[in-house]
Amino acid sequence: MTTSAAETPPTSTLSNLTAGPLRIVVSLVVPVITFFLLRGAFIFMRDVNANKILVGIVALIIGVGGVWALYLVTDNLVSILPDRIRESIRPFVFVGPAIVILLGYLVYPTVRTVYLSFLDARSQNFVGLDNYAFALTSSEMLIALRNNLLWLVFVTSFVVSLGLVISVLVDRIGRWEPVAKSFIFLPMAISAVGASVIWKFVYSFQPIQRPQIGLLNAIYTALGGDPQGWLILKPWNNFFLLAIMIWVLTGFAMVVLSAAIKGVPAELLEASRIDGANEVRIFFGVIIPYIRGTLITITTTVLIMVLKVFDIVFVMTNGQFDTEVIANRMYREMFSFGNYGHASALAVVLLAAVVPVMIYNVRSLETSRR
Amino acid sequence: MSVTYQSAPSASSQRLRRSLASAPVRIVVLVIAFIWTLPSAGLLISSLRPANDITTSGWWTVFSHPFETSIWTVQNYVDVLTAHGLGNAILNSVLVTVPSVVIPITIAAFAAYAFAWLEFPGRRLIFTIVVGLMVVPLQMTLVPLLRIYTQLDLNGTFLGLWLAHTGFGLPLAVFLLFGYISTLPSEIIESAHVDGASPLTTFTRLVLPLSVPVVASFAIFQFLWVWNDLLVALVFLGTQQDVVVLTARVAALVGRRGEQWHVLTAGAFVNMAIPLLIFFSLQRYFVRGLTAGSVKG
Repeated sequence: MTTSAAETPPTSTLSNLTAGPLRIVVSLVVPVITFFLLRGAFIFMRDVNANKILVGIVALIIGVGGVWALYLVTDNLVSILPDRIRESIRPFVFVGPAIVILLGYLVYPTVRTVYLSFLDARSQNFVGLDNYAFALTSSEMLIALRNNLLWLVFVTSFVVSLGLVISVLVDRIGRWEPVAKSFIFLPMAISAVGASVIWKFVYSFQPIQRPQIGLLNAIYTALGGDPQGWLILKPWNNFFLLAIMIWVLTGFAMVVLSAAIKGVPAELLEASRIDGANEVRIFFGVIIPYIRGTLITITTTVLIMVLKVFDIVFVMTNGQFDTEVIANRMYREMFSFGNYGHASALAVVLLAAVVPVMIYNVRSLETSRR
Repeated sequence: MSVTYQSAPSASSQRLRRSLASAPVRIVVLVIAFIWTLPSAGLLISSLRPANDITTSGWWTVFSHPFETSIWTVQNYVDVLTAHGLGNAILNSVLVTVPSVVIPITIAAFAAYAFAWLEFPGRRLIFTIVVGLMVVPLQMTLVPLLRIYTQLDLNGTFLGLWLAHTGFGLPLAVFLLFGYISTLPSEIIESAHVDGASPLTTFTRLVLPLSVPVVASFAIFQFLWVWNDLLVALVFLGTQQDVVVLTARVAALVGRRGEQWHVLTAGAFVNMAIPLLIFFSLQRYFVRGLTAGSVKG
């Protein structure tokens, strides 16, 4: 809010001062000056060698003030127009920048990616559906698709059911509820990279005669097993990777579902108890139907997150030992193999998988809001 | 008063019964919370142990003699912040994150206000398209954007990354801010209009101050998203020493120093420190922001 307070006074003095023809002059000069200032800052920041702290300060001025200046200046420019035109143009001053950025960063690239997915590795010759044949039938991609499916099924079902069970349990422990919730939700604050390091350490492997420093191997050897390299143990390594995402997302599902469960009217629960229903029947017969909308939302949300999983695989195994997933493969096609046709086709496959889930999600969000 | 007096014994006996019934539940929850925290605790403890200890004994062995000062050290943190370049990476992460949060919020707030309160042709259609863009996974945009960036020399610049995060964050930001701004009481907005306030004044003086809660929630969500992001930073900023962000740097350490646990544990914890700080200090906004923003593409 400090921004608005700091930026508004100049405009009001500007408009007070410039009632007459001066106003038109000022309104025309200010945009020109702003344009050159922004352009200068733009060129300065493109220079990677510029002083760090200086770039930082310019960054903040541009990031915070520059965007505001853009709106104030264009709004002022519009103000000098005759009344009727002015009011029909003004809304576009407000939505214009958003539309321009979305066209440049989402609409155009999406169309372009679809087009590139029909061209070869270097985007020069038309190759028809070859890239899609690779994406959907090649042996390497079949492993990636299988893994994505494993992730989808196991992460989603575990996250939603664990989240649900924990949220019901945590509802009954009284004043310790917020504390327990905090600790289970905490992984959500951690980056996937951080989570990956945490779990790489848990899965760490030492030769048989040395003391195990990884938690999992320590427990496993204490129970009499031989230490295992969990991350190279095909095909189980996939489960050790997706366990990380379950760990991250369960708290998220718990918090959302817990809020929904608290919305179940107490009278409804009491009435069922008086009717002699036990807690299990209340859970399945009353609570679950009541929070059905939230359950759908959380399930679809987790599905989308899982479909696009990248960081965990990238950091843990980079897709080796049969742990590849679509998003990581796409990154490797771009940067390791330089095959833009393959990369684009994989992106389209992701889009095709995400869109139906997302539409369903937004629809159910809207109905639940009404 | 007599009512409370009479109902008091039954209420307390009910509470007693409930607390007895919940004792096993409490233990189960405790165990789950313990399991959930254990991996992070292991990382934190290890990051404070001498490099040699980490690789020769499990972190849980510290509990056999936790008060011996020789088993604790902050050397790992000193190392990662200086020798392994994490100090520099923190600065880069801040430079990336602050504008990547402020720019999309500003642009989205102006747009959301126009969509909610200004009349213009095609308003509903444009709004639907903007929100509909949430379905586009950002992977869809990487190849073409990378090409454009190479032509414009934007590759490996902070500016390029800010704009990318702005683009990817906008549909969700507009969606969330519109949901809030459109429900502001119309009398307030109309009376401002009658008083002769221009749309810009109405927006900066009235709408924006009233929208602080939703702005805060989105800001926290976007902050975490950008701070924890790896993919977008890798693609548009790269891993050059002078621009590399914290997540990319730690990811590189994992690749290159697979078994140097003193570096990795401290590095990962440095990466987690600020989000955890926000988590514990602003928990309510934090949870609200994360749950509201979870549909982000």
